[in-house]
Amino acid sequence: MGLIMWDYSDTVKEHFYNPRNAGEVENANAIGDVGSLSCGDALRLTLRINPQTEIIEEAGFQTFGCGSAIASSSALTEIIKGMTLDNALQVSNQDIADYLDGLPPEKMHCSVMGREALQAAIANYRGEEWKDGHEEGALVCKCFAVDAVLIEDTIRANNLKTVEDVAHYTKAGGGCTSCHEGIEEILAKVLAEKGEKFDPKAASRAEIEITMQKSPREMSELQRMRRIETVIESLRPQIQADHGDIELVKVLGNKVFVNMTGACSNCQIAGMTLSGIQQRMIEALGEFILVLPASELAHMQAAGE
Amino acid sequence: MQGIYLDNNATTQVDPAVVETMLPYFSEQYGNPSSMHMFGNKVGFAIKKARKQIQYLLGAAYESEIIFTSCGSESDSTAILSAIKAQPQRKEIITTVVEHPAVLALCEHLEKEGYLVHYLKVDNKGRLDLEKYRSLLSDRVAIVSVMWANNETGTLYPVEEMAELAHQAGVMFHTDAVQAVGKIPIDLKSSNIDMLSLSGHKLHAPKGIGVLYLRRGVRFRPLLRGGHQERGRRAGTENTAAIIGLGKAAELAMEHMEYENTFVAAMRDRLEQGILDAVPYCFSTGDKDNRLPNTANIAFEYIEGEAILMLLNKVGIAASSGSACTSGSLEPSHVMRAMNIPFTAAHGTVRFSLSRYNKMEEIERVIAAVPPIVAQLRKLSPYWDDQGPVDVPEKTFAPRYS
Repeated sequence: MGLIMWDYSDTVKEHFYNPRNAGEVENANAIGDVGSLSCGDALRLTLRINPQTEIIEEAGFQTFGCGSAIASSSALTEIIKGMTLDNALQVSNQDIADYLDGLPPEKMHCSVMGREALQAAIANYRGEEWKDGHEEGALVCKCFAVDAVLIEDTIRANNLKTVEDVAHYTKAGGGCTSCHEGIEEILAKVLAEKGEKFDPKAASRAEIEITMQKSPREMSELQRMRRIETVIESLRPQIQADHGDIELVKVLGNKVFVNMTGACSNCQIAGMTLSGIQQRMIEALGEFILVLPASELAHMQAAGE
Repeated sequence: MQGIYLDNNATTQVDPAVVETMLPYFSEQYGNPSSMHMFGNKVGFAIKKARKQIQYLLGAAYESEIIFTSCGSESDSTAILSAIKAQPQRKEIITTVVEHPAVLALCEHLEKEGYLVHYLKVDNKGRLDLEKYRSLLSDRVAIVSVMWANNETGTLYPVEEMAELAHQAGVMFHTDAVQAVGKIPIDLKSSNIDMLSLSGHKLHAPKGIGVLYLRRGVRFRPLLRGGHQERGRRAGTENTAAIIGLGKAAELAMEHMEYENTFVAAMRDRLEQGILDAVPYCFSTGDKDNRLPNTANIAFEYIEGEAILMLLNKVGIAASSGSACTSGSLEPSHVMRAMNIPFTAAHGTVRFSLSRYNKMEEIERVIAAVPPIVAQLRKLSPYWDDQGPVDVPEKTFAPRYS
């Protein structure tokens, strides 16, 4: 029985109590119906698109769903009104959540539904077939909103063996760690498909790769520096997607100092992100690396280290 | 505006008399009941009195059959795990599909450890098939665990009859009576129920206190070992103030038993009928002829429960829902699914659970508040078309389900 009153932002509540653009648009020329009735959400989005300019002139929604589903639908229609179709297709579920000043992790799927309805409606207008590639499982990791289906797929695709691996590839289990029992169960299930057994003491992918790589001494200082830069560059898009950024400040022996900016800098997840970067660094360099925030550098210098 | 609290199956207000009874045990008699000195020497007597008050409410034969625990869930776990540890050769469990997660999740876990769990199904009113139950009883079964009353619909289960059948088959019987205790008369000494769980906060005692009733002579293995408390059956320093509060709450429940089953039942009936009369396309779920006096569960078709609760909350009315969204899960309540309630209605179920503190005047306010809220949400619903559900085939809303 539901006992949770969600911690919704004021913007979510405002859009729920006073939804914008509720109802069907008159003379609509695009319609998108999506939903997952078993999980209690369904949405019909109707649009009136100017055929000359491809600008969305009117948008309306009808939603069967919870408070955040209704608020997400309302936000979506506000965001896309006046946009060209190509621009509207760039709207991500994170954009919808941001517009509402955030959604609880369990409710992120409400914003996904909004984006899917938009894609379906635009496909309908263009006479295309919209395919829903999204399958949703039960939420496993509440810190990072990762569901069981995503975890299973990632384990299969990357041949993962440990809870640590899962955290590196999906973020699931990288926060409070309460979901590790659930992740172990998923690992056991997927490994059983291949006739393997889950071993809590198995080496993680990172450890295996280190032993396989050649010794760090064979790498020149310049090669090593380039690799460190490459790792940072390769991770930046992911961090930027979370509205943050990262830059390399200094390398001192096995310590790599970085500067986190934007949303990441005061985020409680910063520590988690750093340990993820550290893991990638260890994998790429084949030696033990400590990734530290640049603020530590100042502390260390002050301490005369 | 004074709020209207109709969520008493979730938890209840602690009765002011209970609070008053508890206070000295925080500030004056705070000694350990095991201690001899003056700070604790009255505590032992107060706990003994509480045990007797609960014995009386349950109609138990002996006060030593009352074991204090931390909550209903602990009592459930203790009962089931005790039965399987005491009878390791028995590898089957019988329960129902509509149990509380305190029992269901434990049973699912035991399945992974090799137990065969029989989940009795229910019909569309939530009723069990007793013939099927009878056929499953055997000497392979370690324990039967069936709730006395369902938390969502209030439907009562024939646990006394089922315990009798289990007894005849030589099988232990446990009932999760968390919702029933204090709301309906119970007389355990004239039943064959071996174990019963109750939870203080469902009957106007505080949270964090529960009871496991354990019939004298029933083989038992403790969940927590380590101390002599509760005669070695549940280690851990007693939650004295809460135990004493629960005793007082049990006494008050006994005093109000008739009121609960007449006045509270009448308010519930008025609420239910008032809403059913005023709102189209809604219906009661569960077994209306056989349920708790305080519970009504209404399914509002074509809208979603959390949205209803948020709008109710805005006008100061507290209730709860079986929708997926309110629990953060992906599916509506397992109880509604077990009764085959269609998804479009299961997501819109709202449980109103009353207590002796409610007033008829509040009920009338709720009856007035509900219809416009339902109408407001239906206006947003793609399944709804002005006066009723969309029934023009080409307009019917049939989304692609992901």
